[in-house]
Amino acid sequence: MDFFETHILTIVAFLPLAGAIVLMFFNKENKLMIRLWANAVALLGFLVSVPLVFLFNYEDSGSMQFTESFTWIETLGAEYSVGIDGISLLLILLTTLLGSIATLSSWEAIQDRVKEYYIFMLLLQTGMLGVFIALDFFMFYVFWEVMLVPMYFLIGIWGGPRKLYAAIKFFMYTLVGSVLLLLGILSLYWAYPTIAAQVPEIAAVFGTDYTFSIEAFHAIGPYLEFDLQYWVFLAFFVGFAIKVPMFPFHTWLPDAHVQAPTAGSVILAAVLLKMGTYGFVRFSLPILPEATVYFVPMMIALSIVAIIYGALVAMMQKDMKSLVAYSSVSHMGFVMLGMFALNPNGLNGSILQQINHGITTGALFLIVGMIYERRHTREISEFGGLSSIMPVFATVFLIMTMSSIGLPLLNGFIGEFTILQGALQENIWWAVAGVSGIVLGAAYMLWLYQRTMFGPLDNPKNEGLRDLNLREIVTLVPLIILVFWIGIYPAPFFKALDGPVNKLVEAVRPGYFDAPPLAARLPGVVDTTVEPGDD
Amino acid sequence: MGEFFQLADLGAIAPELALAAFGLVLLVADLIVSDKRKLAHLSLGILAISAFLLFRLGDLSTSAYGGQVSIDPFASYFKFIFLIAAALTIGISTRYLDIEREHHGEYYALILFATMGMMFMASGTDLVTLYIGLETMAIATYVLVGFLRGNQRSNEASLKYFLLGAFSSGVLLYGMSLLYGISGSTNLVEIAEALSRRPVTDPISLVAMITVASGMFFKIAAFPFHQWVPDAYEGAPASVTAFMSVAVKAASFAMMVRIFMIGIYPLRDQWLPVFAAVCVMTITVGNVAALTQTNVKRMLAYSSISHAGFVLLGLIAGNDTGMTAVVLYLFVYTFMNLGAWTIIVALRRRDVIGDHVDDLNGLFFKHPAVATVMLVFLLSLAGIPPTAGFVAKYYLFASVIETGHTALAVLAALNVVVGVYYYMRVVVAMFINESTENTGLALSPGLVTVLAIALILTLFIGLYPDPFIEMARNATLVF
Repeated sequence: MDFFETHILTIVAFLPLAGAIVLMFFNKENKLMIRLWANAVALLGFLVSVPLVFLFNYEDSGSMQFTESFTWIETLGAEYSVGIDGISLLLILLTTLLGSIATLSSWEAIQDRVKEYYIFMLLLQTGMLGVFIALDFFMFYVFWEVMLVPMYFLIGIWGGPRKLYAAIKFFMYTLVGSVLLLLGILSLYWAYPTIAAQVPEIAAVFGTDYTFSIEAFHAIGPYLEFDLQYWVFLAFFVGFAIKVPMFPFHTWLPDAHVQAPTAGSVILAAVLLKMGTYGFVRFSLPILPEATVYFVPMMIALSIVAIIYGALVAMMQKDMKSLVAYSSVSHMGFVMLGMFALNPNGLNGSILQQINHGITTGALFLIVGMIYERRHTREISEFGGLSSIMPVFATVFLIMTMSSIGLPLLNGFIGEFTILQGALQENIWWAVAGVSGIVLGAAYMLWLYQRTMFGPLDNPKNEGLRDLNLREIVTLVPLIILVFWIGIYPAPFFKALDGPVNKLVEAVRPGYFDAPPLAARLPGVVDTTVEPGDD
Repeated sequence: MGEFFQLADLGAIAPELALAAFGLVLLVADLIVSDKRKLAHLSLGILAISAFLLFRLGDLSTSAYGGQVSIDPFASYFKFIFLIAAALTIGISTRYLDIEREHHGEYYALILFATMGMMFMASGTDLVTLYIGLETMAIATYVLVGFLRGNQRSNEASLKYFLLGAFSSGVLLYGMSLLYGISGSTNLVEIAEALSRRPVTDPISLVAMITVASGMFFKIAAFPFHQWVPDAYEGAPASVTAFMSVAVKAASFAMMVRIFMIGIYPLRDQWLPVFAAVCVMTITVGNVAALTQTNVKRMLAYSSISHAGFVLLGLIAGNDTGMTAVVLYLFVYTFMNLGAWTIIVALRRRDVIGDHVDDLNGLFFKHPAVATVMLVFLLSLAGIPPTAGFVAKYYLFASVIETGHTALAVLAALNVVVGVYYYMRVVVAMFINESTENTGLALSPGLVTVLAIALILTLFIGLYPDPFIEMARNATLVF
C-alpha cells in the first residue's frame, strides 16, 4: 500500500499505457477479448484514481501533493516530476471517468480495426493524464504533444466523411500553438538562473541551475520583467487559446468534433479542451501575473465574443453534433470569462464550470452518438417526436439539456452563477454579456430539444427506434449522478478548489485578500470566498 | 621527415588509412570473389577495423601533419557518424543492388573511399586538407549516384550532380584562394588571425566569405543552391540517397563548422545575416516544395533541404548550446532519416519501382510492424516527442532563444507545423488508405537489422537523451 501511495500518480497515468502495450499482443480478430480488455483497463484506470479523493489533504489543497520526482535529463535540468493540487485532482478524476465512459461507449460503434482503436484510446488517456500531473515543464510539453498523435488517428481512421481534413486541421492548429508554447517555455528556462541568483529565497529552494520545475517558475513570476512577461504571455496565449479554443482560434473545433467518432468527441470536449484552460490556470496566471493583468481586457473581450458568437452559430446549425460543438465554444468562453475576472469567485466558477462542461457536453456527445448509431444521421430535421418512443433517452437528454442551460439544482447553474458573480465583482457589463450568453444558450438547446423530441413522430424511419440499452444507460448514469451532485451539493468540489484558487489570486493580484471588494460580502451568494488572512 | 611529417602522424590518421588501404584490397578481391554479398561483409569488417582504430585514439586531442589535420573529439564524433552511416548503408544495399541487377564490388569500395574523404572533412584544419577530403567524397558520390548504368534517371542525376558539384567546388576554391591571398596561409587559425587584423568592411574578405559560403551552401543543399537535390536524390539508387542524405550532409556541415567557427569567425557579424536569411529561406522553401510532392523520394529530398536549414539555426546561435545542437541534430538525423530511406529502399521490388506515396498505401495492413516503425521515423523527422527528432529540434530552438534570435525561432517553429502536413500524408497512405496489389516490401535480414538499429536509437534518444547530449557537448568543446 505504501508503494501504491507514493507512486499513485505514476500508476494512474501509465496504467493505460501498460494496458495498450499488452493489447498490442492480442489477436486482432478476437474483438470480444480486445473490447473486454480495453474496458477493463479503462475502468481500472478510473478505480485507481478514486483513492486520490480520499488520500488528498483538502486542508492543504493549494500545494502539490502525492509528489514524486527523479532526474530525467540531467544535462537539461528536466525531471520526471509529478504532483497535483485541487485543480488537477478534479481534472484527473474527470479524465479517468470520461475515459472509461468513452471506452465503454465505443463497444458497438467501432467495428473496424478494433484493436488499433483501443490502443489509441488508451495511449490518448496516458497523454492527457500526463499533462495534468506534470510538475516539470519539459515533461508537460512532451505529454502535451504526444497526445496529438493518437487523437489524430482516432479522427483520421474512425471519423466521418471528411475525417482526413478534420484530423490534419486539428493536428496542425494545435501544433502551431504548441511550438510557440515551447518557445515561451524556453524563454522562461533561460531567464530562470539569472533571477534565482538575485533572489536568495528562490535559490534556497530551487537552486540556481537551469530547471523546468513549474514551481520554480511560479516562484520567479513576480520578478520577471514585464517585457518578457508580455511576449511569453502571447506565446502561451496562442498555445492555450487554440486548445480551449478561444475565438478566433476555434475553427478547428467544429470540424474535429463533427468528424470524430463519438468517443473521440467525448474525450475532445470533456478533457482535451480543458488542457487549454488548465494551461492558463497553471502557467499563464501565476508565472506571468503582470502580463495577465495587462491582457485582461483582451481576454475578456475574446471570451465575450466567444460566448455570444458561439451561441449564435450554434443556433443556426442543422447538424446536432456541430450544434453541440459550437455550444462548446460558447461555454468555454464562459470558463475564460470567469478565469480572467481574476477573483476567487470567477476562478472557482471557471474551474468548476470546466468540470461541468466535461460532464454535460460529454454526455450530450454520447447522446448524439447514440442517436447516430440508430439512424446514421444527425440532421435535426430528420427527427421529431422521439420522446414518445424513446422515453428513457428523452429523459436523459432533457437532464443534460437543462444542465447545459444552467437550470438551478443542476451543475451548470452553480458554475455559471459563480462565474457571473465573479464577473459582476469586476465589471457589471461583463456579467451582462455573460447573462445574454445564458439566454441564447437556453434558446438553442431548448429549440434543439423541442425539434427532436417533441412534436409528431412524422418521419417513418424513426418509428422503429429502440430505447437505450443497459450498456448505454450505464455510460450515462455516472454523469447524471454528477450533474445532480454538483447542482445540489457542490461544497466538496469547492473545498478542493479554494486552496489553489486563493493561491492563484494572491499570485496574480498580490494583496487582494487584504481588502476584499464589497460585492464579495453580499449576502445570499454561494459561500466560496475566504475570510481575509484565512490562507 | 622534418616538422611537416613525423611517423607518429600515421597513427593519427590510422582509421582513414585503414579505409583507403582495405578499400583497395576490396577492389582486388572483387576480381576473384563472385558472390558480391561476401564483399558487403568484407566492407563491414573494414569499417569495424576503422572504428576500432578510431576508438583506440580515444579522447586524444592533438594535431598532425604540421597542423593539417586535427584529432579532437569533434572530429572523432563525426567520424563515428560516418562509419555508422556507411555500415547501415551497406546493410540496406545488398538486396537492393540485386534487385536493380547492378551488384558490383566497386560499390562498396566507393562507399569506403567516400567515408574516408568525409573523415578528412571532419578533421581537416587546413583548407587544402578540407578541400581534398571534400573532393574525395564528392567524386566517389558522383559515381555512386550514377551507379545504375542502365537507368536514364540515374545517369541524368549523376551528370547533373557532377556538373553543379564541380561548379560549386570551383566557387569554393575561388573563395579559398582569396583567403590564402589575404593571409598567406591555408591554416584556419592563421586565416582567422589575418582576417581579424583587417577592417571588417574589407571587400576582399567579404568576397572570400561570400564565395566560400556559397560553395558550402551548395554542399549542404541550402537555398538558393538546393536545386540539384530532388533530381539527384530521386535518380540515385535509393541506398546511395540514404547515404548522401545523412553522411554527405553531416560531413559538409562538419567542414562548414570548422571553416566558419574558426577560419572566418572574425567575420561572424558579416556572415550572420547571410546565414539567417539563407536559413529561413532553406527551411521554408524545402518545406513548401515538399508539400506538393507525390513522389516520396522527392518529398524526402525536399524535407532534407529543410532539415539542413534547421541545422543552420545552431550555427547562427553559435554558442555552446548552438554547437551542441548542430552535432546532436546531425547524429539524430543519421538514424531517423536513414531509417525512413531504408523503407523506401525496401519498396523497390523486381517489378515495382516503389517511389510514389501511393506505393505505401495500406502498408500497415500488410506489414504492421514496419509501418509502425516508419511512423516513428516520420514523427521524429517532424519533431514530435517522444522521439529523437524532438530532442534535437528542442536543442536548436533552445539555442536560438538563448541568443535572442526570437524572430528566427518563431519562423522556424511555424515551419515545424508545415512539415507535419507532408509527413502525415505518408502516414495517411500507410495507415488509412486501402492497400493495393502493389503494396509490399522486399525485406532482407540486412534491412531489418538496420531498421531495428535506427528505431532503437530514435526512440532511446527521444526518451533518454542524456548520454547523447553529453557526447555532443563534449564534441563541441573545441570551439
